[in-house]
Amino acid sequence: MRTAAVLVLAAPLLIAAGPPPGASSCSGCHGAVVAGGIPPIAGRPATELTAAMRGFRDGSRKATLMDRLMKGFSDAEITAIAAFWANPS
Amino acid sequence: MRATRRGLLAAALALPAIARAQGPARVVVLGGGFGGASAARRLRQIAPEVAVTLIERSATYHACPFSNAVIAGLRDMAAQEFTYGALAADGVKVIAQAATHIDATARRVILADGGTVQYDRLILSPGIELRFKDIAGYSDVAAGVMPHAWKAGPQTLLLRDRLAAVPDGGTVVMSVPGNPYRCPPGPYERASLIAHYLKTHKPRAKLIVLDAKDAFSKQRLFQAAWKSLYPNLEWVGLSGGGKVVEVDAGSGTVKTEFASYKADLANIIPPQRAGAIALVSDVADRTGWCPIDPVSFESRLQPGIHVIGDAAIAGGMPKSAFAANAQAKVCAQAVADLLAGRTPGEPRLINTCYSIVAPDYGISVAGVYRPANGVLTDIEGAGGTSPLDAPPETRAEEARYAESWFRTITTEAFG
Repeated sequence: MRTAAVLVLAAPLLIAAGPPPGASSCSGCHGAVVAGGIPPIAGRPATELTAAMRGFRDGSRKATLMDRLMKGFSDAEITAIAAFWANPS
Repeated sequence: MRATRRGLLAAALALPAIARAQGPARVVVLGGGFGGASAARRLRQIAPEVAVTLIERSATYHACPFSNAVIAGLRDMAAQEFTYGALAADGVKVIAQAATHIDATARRVILADGGTVQYDRLILSPGIELRFKDIAGYSDVAAGVMPHAWKAGPQTLLLRDRLAAVPDGGTVVMSVPGNPYRCPPGPYERASLIAHYLKTHKPRAKLIVLDAKDAFSKQRLFQAAWKSLYPNLEWVGLSGGGKVVEVDAGSGTVKTEFASYKADLANIIPPQRAGAIALVSDVADRTGWCPIDPVSFESRLQPGIHVIGDAAIAGGMPKSAFAANAQAKVCAQAVADLLAGRTPGEPRLINTCYSIVAPDYGISVAGVYRPANGVLTDIEGAGGTSPLDAPPETRAEEARYAESWFRTITTEAFG
C-alpha cells in the first residue's frame, strides 16, 4: 500500500515536459513578421495551423518546402504541433 | 565484481545530483555558435532555476550562412556579426575565454588561464577543426594565401578581397572535401556566387571546382543552374580526377592525383573533424566526430556531456546552422528533463538549408529525422529538394525565404 502511494506520487516526475515532437524546430524559420518573408505561426489559431499543415502535406496548399516537411508528420502530430504554436509556452 | 563496479559507478554518477541539492543545477555550454548560443538561451527560458554558463573565446561571432554572399561582394560583413549581449541579459554567465580540456570524471572544464568551471551537465558545441595536414603543403600559414574561408571572419574578407584582385582572364580554383563536412551544399553555393561575381566583373575569368566526391547536395539543381547561368564554371568530380592532394601556396599551384592547376586564386576547403576540445577530451571517436544518443544528445563516450551541432554524429542530419539550432532546442529540453529527474521524450527534428545560386535565385533541401536503431534517421517519404522545374517566381521566393530564415534563426540564437 505504501509502495503504491509512492509510485503514484513519483509517476508525474517521469513524464517528459516541453513541446510535442517536432514543434521546437519550427522557430528556426517562423519568427517575427519579415516583409515578404516566412509567415509567423506563434499565436495563430490551432484550426488555421492544422489546416495549413495538412494542406501542405496533401498538396492542396501551395508550398515552397513545407510540403516536403509535413510528409514527416501524422495527423495526430500535426494537431499537437498546432495546439502548441497556438499558445506557445 | 562487475556488478559491484557498476554499483560504484552509479553512485559516483549520482554524486553531482546530491551536491546539487545545495544550490542550483549548473549547466555549462561550450562554444557560442548557432548550437551553443541557442542551447544556452533556450535552457534559461525553459529552466530558469538552472545556472547556465557559456564559455566562448570570441566576443564576436561571425555567421557562416550567407558569408558566401559577402565573398561575392553582395553583402556587408556587418550583417554576419553577432555578440553575446542578449545571452547575458537572459541571465547566461558568459566567460570570454578558450577552454583547453574537459575533465568528464570530475565534471569540470579547464580554461586557458588555468581556472576551472564545474558542471552538472555540459553541452558541447565546438564546431569544426580544419584538417590542414590532409592536403600536403596546406597549413594555417598557407591559408593566408589560399584562403579556406570555411570559418567565417577574417578568412571571409580575405577571400573576398583576393577574388576582387583576380585579373580578368584569370583562373580561380576551389577545392571541395569528401563527406562529412560543415554545410554540405555550401561549397556549391560558393562556386555559384564566385561564378556570378566573375561573370559580372571579370567576364573572361573562369572558376574550376575540384571535388573529392562525385555526388553532392542539391546536385541536379546546382548543375542545372550552372548550365544556364555560369558557362565560366567547370566542375571536376572525383572520378574525373577532382580530389586535391597537394597545394603550393608560393606558386599558386593546386595538384590532384592526375593534374596540376595554376591558380590566380585558390580557395581550399580542407577535410574537417570535431573542434579540438572534443578530441583532447575523448568525446570524439576514431572518425574525428562525436557519437551521441539520438534522444538526449548525450555523448556515447563521456556521461554528462551532450554534443550538438557540426561536431556531433547526427546520423542523417547534415552539419548545418539550422540543424545545430534544432538540436540545441531538443538538447536543452533533454538536459532540463534529466536535471529534474524526468526521462526525455523521443524527439523529431527538422532541417532546412537554403542555397543562393544567384541574386533572386534560391533553392532548398529539407529533411525530417527521428531516432531509429540508435541514430537520427531520415523519415522516408519526407524531405527532399526544391523541384527542378520550378518557375523563376519560386526561385525568387526561396531567395527571400532564405533571408527571412537568417534573420529569424540569428534572432533566436543571439537576440
